[in-house]
Amino acid sequence: MNLAFRDVKYRFGRYLLTALGLGLLLATVMAMGGIYRGLVEDALSIVRAPGADLWVVQKDTNGPIAESSRIPDDLYRVVRAVPGVGDAGPIAFQTIQLDYGLASIRAQIIGYKPGHVGGPPAVGAGRPIAAGRYEMVLDRKAGVPIGARLRIGRLTFAVVGLTDGIVSTFGDSTAYVSLRDAQEIQFLKANETVRNEQARLAADLKADPALAALPPSSLAPIVRNTNLANAILVRLEPWADPNEVVKRIERWNHYRALTTAEQEEVLAGGIIARTRQQILLFRIILLTVSTVIIALILYTMTMEKTRDIATLKIIGAPNLKIGGLILQEALGLGLLGYGFGVLLIEATYEYFPRRVAIAAGDQVVLFGIVLAICVLASVVGIRRALAVDPTTAMGGGA
Amino acid sequence: MPAVAADNVTKIFGQGESRVVALQDARVSVEPGEIVALMGPSGSGKTTLLRALSLIDPPTAGRIAIDGELVFDGASVLTDDRRLRRRRMGIIFQAYNLIPFLTTVENVALVPTLNGVSRRDAMERARELLDRLELGHRAEIYPATLSGGEQQRVAVARAVINDPAVILADEPTAALDTGRGKAVMDLLRQLGRQQRAAVIVVTHDERMLEGFDRVYHMIDGRIADA
Repeated sequence: MNLAFRDVKYRFGRYLLTALGLGLLLATVMAMGGIYRGLVEDALSIVRAPGADLWVVQKDTNGPIAESSRIPDDLYRVVRAVPGVGDAGPIAFQTIQLDYGLASIRAQIIGYKPGHVGGPPAVGAGRPIAAGRYEMVLDRKAGVPIGARLRIGRLTFAVVGLTDGIVSTFGDSTAYVSLRDAQEIQFLKANETVRNEQARLAADLKADPALAALPPSSLAPIVRNTNLANAILVRLEPWADPNEVVKRIERWNHYRALTTAEQEEVLAGGIIARTRQQILLFRIILLTVSTVIIALILYTMTMEKTRDIATLKIIGAPNLKIGGLILQEALGLGLLGYGFGVLLIEATYEYFPRRVAIAAGDQVVLFGIVLAICVLASVVGIRRALAVDPTTAMGGGA
Repeated sequence: MPAVAADNVTKIFGQGESRVVALQDARVSVEPGEIVALMGPSGSGKTTLLRALSLIDPPTAGRIAIDGELVFDGASVLTDDRRLRRRRMGIIFQAYNLIPFLTTVENVALVPTLNGVSRRDAMERARELLDRLELGHRAEIYPATLSGGEQQRVAVARAVINDPAVILADEPTAALDTGRGKAVMDLLRQLGRQQRAAVIVVTHDERMLEGFDRVYHMIDGRIADA
């Protein structure tokens, strides 16, 4: 006769409510795990999206995602000539704020040369950039439909396609435009700024007799050079040795070549490391709280059964039977709570503002942890049950 | 051979100045099928003797034999006390002590299942017994919905279902009115005789003494006479 099953059946409503409460707690643990994994996936999506093998960046920098990196955009032509390089393309990054209707959308602008490495891996709806100018492929997360027109500075873009799940390290939607457009967004100054700079340049020219002879227009190309990119992305031939290509590129004085794995490491190990650690720590705290709560619930449940346990001892129930009652109830609580947690997180994870990536492997590990927690927590109840004095079931007379 | 033989059973609580002798040199011998009462005022040692005989709270000194087997030799318990109780004893409590989350029939079937009887057989035996006690119609309900008299009859059924050698009852009628108390005592006597079990009933209610083979009177931890 299974005593745990019968006890649960008898107090089913209360047991279910307790399991539901535990389920909410475990759903929070699952959400934190999903946020943790989502953060990593989001961060890596921007690195993985172009499908590049190497990132050529400014020397002594970790690349444009980690810090400022500026290199000439036509460097890609030289890189393409390196043996083993299948394709190369310049890429420029910039974070901006877009206005769409009443909404302000933060977006990571990615400028690339259409037809070369650097563009989105796939367009989920609409089409890739074709015209070369004033077209944009946005991530679906921005909530802007195909055909919408967005104004950035002095330029107006038509949204021609949508990607799925390509976001910046901060979870902002990506916006693919042509490299030239990206350079103009980055370097084309507002009218007010141009007027101010022209006035300042004229003043400088007046003050320096050596330059006074030069007309201001001849200096303009120097101060307005916009032919810059943040990195050159490289796709290697299948037979190419990446280390060999890296060595060749790094022989040039001003550049550094990182493999995509190294670029990912820069992100995961540096930029988002603290956030990851923070979430991991919070997850551990939540699991510890869960353990304490389960232990308290089991202790209370055992205390309520003190007289019944004493009676069981008097009529001869062995400790194994009494311990089994507590352990099975603990495991049942864990299973039900876990089940509720899974249902809850499955129903809600898509509505979180940032990506919550629920991985099956993580869920299995959590399930194991929950079972272990239940066993651990049941020890408190079992110890209490085994310590129950059987005489408490009898009358107090002497 | 007596079903219960207790010799010079003594129980002392505490040490030094707080030392209390709750039971002193108690001698009890009850034959199979015999029904005896333990009478005495509160604090006279009746329940202490019952706890000692069932090894729930073993004595400090003395010897106890149950069904011919020495189970306490004055120094230590010589058997697995819980195994002894579930196989050879039936215990009835003042407050019935039915397990609240088991139905009536499950409460009765619990002891046989603890002894390894299959659930199906145990439930069948329990139903038969409840039918005999005219409680068959209450088999599937929880104890909380039974009256006090019904609960105590179920407790009696739980105590006798395993054909025990010894039935120990601690004030089984204390929480019942006279009529229901008498009915429970009649049932206990009837089943005890039928099963040839030694029945020891602790009571301080003289109205219930009718029908006992012997009465042990206890005063201040000693058995005065039998």
